[in-house]
Amino acid sequence: MAHVENGSETRRNFLYIATAGFGTVTAGAAVWPLVDQMNPSADVQAASQIRVDVSDVPVGTQLTVLFLGKPVFIRHRTEEEIADARSVDVADLTIDAMSRNENNPDTDASDENRSMTDFSGNNTGEWLLMEGVCTHLGCVPIGEGAGDFGGWFCPCHGSHYDTSGRIRRGPAPENLPIPLAEFVDETTILLG
Amino acid sequence: MSGIPHDHYEPKANWEKGLAKRLPIVGLIYDTIMIPTPKNLNWMWIWGIVLTFCLVMQIITGVILVMHYTPHVDMAFASVEHIMRNVNGGWAIRYIHQNGASLFFVAVYLHIFRGLYYGSYKAPREITWIIGMLIYVLMMGTAFMGYVLPWGQMSFWGATVITGLFGAIPFIGEGIQTWLLGGPAVDNATLNRFLSLHYLLPFVILGMVVLHIWAFHTTGNNNPTGVEVRRTSKKEAEADTLPFWPYFVIKDLFALAVILVAFFAIVGFMPNYLGHPDNYIEANPMVTPAHIVPEWYFLPFYAVLRAFDSEVWIVIFFNFISGGIIDAAFFGVVAMFGAIVVMALAPWLDTSSVRSGRYRPMFKWWFWLFIVNFFVLMWVGARPAEGIYPYIALIGSAYWFAYFLVILPLLGVIEKPLPQPATIEEDFNAHYGKDDGTGGSSAAAPTPAE
Repeated sequence: MAHVENGSETRRNFLYIATAGFGTVTAGAAVWPLVDQMNPSADVQAASQIRVDVSDVPVGTQLTVLFLGKPVFIRHRTEEEIADARSVDVADLTIDAMSRNENNPDTDASDENRSMTDFSGNNTGEWLLMEGVCTHLGCVPIGEGAGDFGGWFCPCHGSHYDTSGRIRRGPAPENLPIPLAEFVDETTILLG
Repeated sequence: MSGIPHDHYEPKANWEKGLAKRLPIVGLIYDTIMIPTPKNLNWMWIWGIVLTFCLVMQIITGVILVMHYTPHVDMAFASVEHIMRNVNGGWAIRYIHQNGASLFFVAVYLHIFRGLYYGSYKAPREITWIIGMLIYVLMMGTAFMGYVLPWGQMSFWGATVITGLFGAIPFIGEGIQTWLLGGPAVDNATLNRFLSLHYLLPFVILGMVVLHIWAFHTTGNNNPTGVEVRRTSKKEAEADTLPFWPYFVIKDLFALAVILVAFFAIVGFMPNYLGHPDNYIEANPMVTPAHIVPEWYFLPFYAVLRAFDSEVWIVIFFNFISGGIIDAAFFGVVAMFGAIVVMALAPWLDTSSVRSGRYRPMFKWWFWLFIVNFFVLMWVGARPAEGIYPYIALIGSAYWFAYFLVILPLLGVIEKPLPQPATIEEDFNAHYGKDDGTGGSSAAAPTPAE
């Protein structure tokens, strides 16, 4: 008798576990679409490449374009800014010493790893392209030599970026990120 | 309800008896509004009614505003101006809704501070306190999403900064942020879901308010002495209490009327005093306002968020032991939410057996310092994050945490409390003199006040 009871207990336990298991899977399968609908929709994902003409951007100015809902800075840097950016020792970049450049992944934050390669394949440092979104909480930093390092300054919580867009002081944890971008002819940049 | 002996509803007429047999709703309402209430409640016990009024007012004006509002990035800003200029009385309804949020938070902060001073969070009212804290968090979420809807500059950048908080979580943060926004940045998808949730959450709050009231009707109200109502006999219970209706309802409605005079003076004469001019500029994703400030009711927590930058030793320490995973941004976010969590844990952090701050000579000082500190944090949260302000914010944040994590646990051990009155009746008589001796429940008893 005891043997039979044990047997039915085991079978009942199995039924409980199986029912609960299937119930959980079913509930999860039903809930997932309700959660996933909040992720970016197809049209939002589709708008992920643009071309930018930079022939009209004089030296010492910055073109800001809206890409994927965020501003992208395209700075035509002066000789001084380039010299400034390239004279910084990577060891002095105490907050973030990585380039954060999707075109040069896993490299250090020397200016050569962040500035853009032009159409002929030279990296003169003339062009710096990066997302204009502070890595602290997402405000748009002010450019035109703002901040204590002559580059950008985020007005929200006081993050200072240098002329290479690297975080030097303030609460932001990372350098301004550089999205995938390349020159597809002398004066046109393909973003994304 | 409440375990305090009192008269219950007795159906008299035949239809009353018939209804009570089928749906005892009249009895439920009767027992709820006739709950025996400690008769020594002072003017800090009015905020519950004010909060209930605010919730109803916000729901009614909100439902009306949605009738005229268009949740689209190209039209939202214009539709709010349409409400202000074209809709009949629209300006008044919107200004009431906008300033109603501020009244709501004034009331909730005073309500919370009342609870902190008189020990309302202590056993057996922990559940009431926890539900209250959940309501407070839901209120903050609702207010934040509502502020995004006019699609002004502060709306847009406030939304960017606050959703950025979730992006600061290591590893999964970016995915969560994209999921919340419905895209790489704040855009139309964000605006639409915020309207949906801003409409939904007040009804969730309404449900939580019912639980909040149910919970403290089960335990009975706290009161300024923190001494429990006597439950040994009906006569003793009646000497300690008065029914909620009409005594406390009338008192609370009087207070509400006074508060509404001030409220409508603000709505009528200075409706934008608590707002920001930047929010009358349409949202522009290319330009951040020079100085992003949240609404005043978020400022103390905003100050906590900003206080922890990468130069604070505790941030450096956690950054080091976590191998760089916990950075300054994430630490700030944890500190901000942690500030609310430690407050919610007050029932278990406060070790003193005495409820009311009235009989706790040392606690009093620390409590008032906590209140002063709250306003200091509010002030510093509105200042730019430079110069001396980050240091003030850091000291203020440290005190906030020390109050809950160090001072409340220690005071229970080292403080010698003052003698408490034996009963609520004794406290009441000490303030107002003895009544006519009919047990305190006669209609001639003076209105409780302090």
